[in-house]
Amino acid sequence: MSNPLSLAAVVLVCLTTLAVGGLGLRLSRRTSDFYVAGRTVSPRLNASAIGGEYLSAASFLGVAGLIYDQGVDMVWLPVGYTLGYLVLLVIVAAPMRRSGAYTLPDFAEARLGSRAIRLVSSALVIGIGCLYLIPQFQGASLTLTLVTGAPAWAGGFVVMVVIALAVGAGGMRSITLVQAMQYWIKLTALAVPAFVLLALWFRSGSPSPQVDPSWHVPLSPTSPDDHPTYRTVSIVLALCLGTMGLPHVLVRYYTNPDGVGARRTTVTVIALLGTFYLLPPIYAALGRVAYPTLPAGVGSDTIVLRLPETFVDGLTGQLLTAMLAGGAFAAFLSTASGLAMSVTGVIDQELLRPRLARFAGGDVPGIRGFRISAVLAVLVPYVLSRVAEPLGLATTVGLAFALAAATFAPLIMLGVWWRRLSTWGAMAGLLVGGTAALGSIMTTMVVDDLGGWAGAILANPAMWATPLALATAVIVSLATPGRIPAGTTRTMVRLHTPERVALARSRLPE
Amino acid sequence: MRSRPVAKDLDEQTRLGAVYLDGLMRAQLRLSVAVLALTTVGLSALPVVLTLVPATRGLSVLGIRFPWLVLGVAVYPSAWFLARWYTRQAERIEQDFTEVVESP
Repeated sequence: MSNPLSLAAVVLVCLTTLAVGGLGLRLSRRTSDFYVAGRTVSPRLNASAIGGEYLSAASFLGVAGLIYDQGVDMVWLPVGYTLGYLVLLVIVAAPMRRSGAYTLPDFAEARLGSRAIRLVSSALVIGIGCLYLIPQFQGASLTLTLVTGAPAWAGGFVVMVVIALAVGAGGMRSITLVQAMQYWIKLTALAVPAFVLLALWFRSGSPSPQVDPSWHVPLSPTSPDDHPTYRTVSIVLALCLGTMGLPHVLVRYYTNPDGVGARRTTVTVIALLGTFYLLPPIYAALGRVAYPTLPAGVGSDTIVLRLPETFVDGLTGQLLTAMLAGGAFAAFLSTASGLAMSVTGVIDQELLRPRLARFAGGDVPGIRGFRISAVLAVLVPYVLSRVAEPLGLATTVGLAFALAAATFAPLIMLGVWWRRLSTWGAMAGLLVGGTAALGSIMTTMVVDDLGGWAGAILANPAMWATPLALATAVIVSLATPGRIPAGTTRTMVRLHTPERVALARSRLPE
Repeated sequence: MRSRPVAKDLDEQTRLGAVYLDGLMRAQLRLSVAVLALTTVGLSALPVVLTLVPATRGLSVLGIRFPWLVLGVAVYPSAWFLARWYTRQAERIEQDFTEVVESP
């Protein structure tokens, strides 16, 4: 299915990303520009940027593939992706902006005053970032292979290079512009082919999708020893709580002007995501019209890209495929650059800069370390994406959400709302949640198919690992009241007091 | 009679400031928990309705079946309305709080 138009679309998206990234290079002057765009991004631009960054390979290809495969039960995924922002809105949006921190490790350190917690948080950012980057590279590889016949390593490699250049060149400001643009590219690229395909389907007498009755019934088992209710509840919980713990999501909140702006941004984000997620089920249903069963050797992740040319031959089909391929690349690039940005920041601050500073007597230009970090942040996940067995795009992304839900979510929730959180409690919660979730994820990725309850529990750890982490943090905190950080009250005043109230001492200088 | 705004107490972390801060946090948290509870009830309503009223499984509007309509379409505007309502309420709480702590 080699298609020169698709190749052109992919090249166009990559070049546009680089061009806009280059624009940011001229705008970025100070180090804070690199991280948070100088905090002058308007709520609407910010919301588009969040949407653009958030809609990844999983949303663009993976969700439709899973719905095609398993039916209405998989619509819970986009529901969870969207509701994650509702949860984020009511629990952390405004306080997180008021905390004045750049990244999750910054927040953890500012709230708890502990270097050790900062280090653990940094390790978690790198872990979650890698887990989330792997499916982006895999999605890019399978897209490029499908539309151009390129070898399997190529798509991921292209994404890796473009991102390293864009992040290394302009940092966050360029990325904010790029991301805002990416949302609209992705929405158009998924919506236009969907409407054309629907019209073609309608003209051909609107044939019904060829499916089992269970395809239409929520919470129906996919196999005899499946546990659909546990699986679904755990996934939705992971997505709802995991969103706030994703490193590339919260970093966007620091670019809002204030806490009220952060909330308004989130409301717009929910509207943008809701609009986008109307589309994947259309592809899934049309997919069942065109392919009652998947052809041998074809993964369901490619169903979106295969549809146009089964409905219409010639130039129209090629054009639609090209749109989808371009949109898919926009998805890989935007999510991967947001993640790479966060991981880069952590590598730069925690690992590279202290070492470079010692090496060169504290006289290293900050930007160079940042660029080396950007290369590291994409190279390692790319290599892993070539080594790891593909689990399905949306499934791997789900694991990243579960890890975030079991570690950062309890830390943030307690950190924002509970004064008695102690340093030891926070640390115990992070370690217990992280070990439980990571252990389950590793087992799922390595062991083929456990089946039954053991398989269900390990493949969907959020349901038990998150409450476990939360309970550990609370119990250890109550047992170690002497370890409550001294600055807790000041932090709480800063997190919750509206910006309009003038506070001379409790605010941080902007 | 006090002659200075509570904002100073907040800033200086006096006991009075702590009482006001607690009040603000409790009001905000109550609002947040209400939204989360509504969301949970809303989400669990679908499987409950499908189980209790099996006829809804075959129901379809404009050719789209009921479960698809709820999960694939209705969830999103509902989430948006809930989010907007929350934001307004939270801003009102902050408005009231600001007026109280800044009045001398």
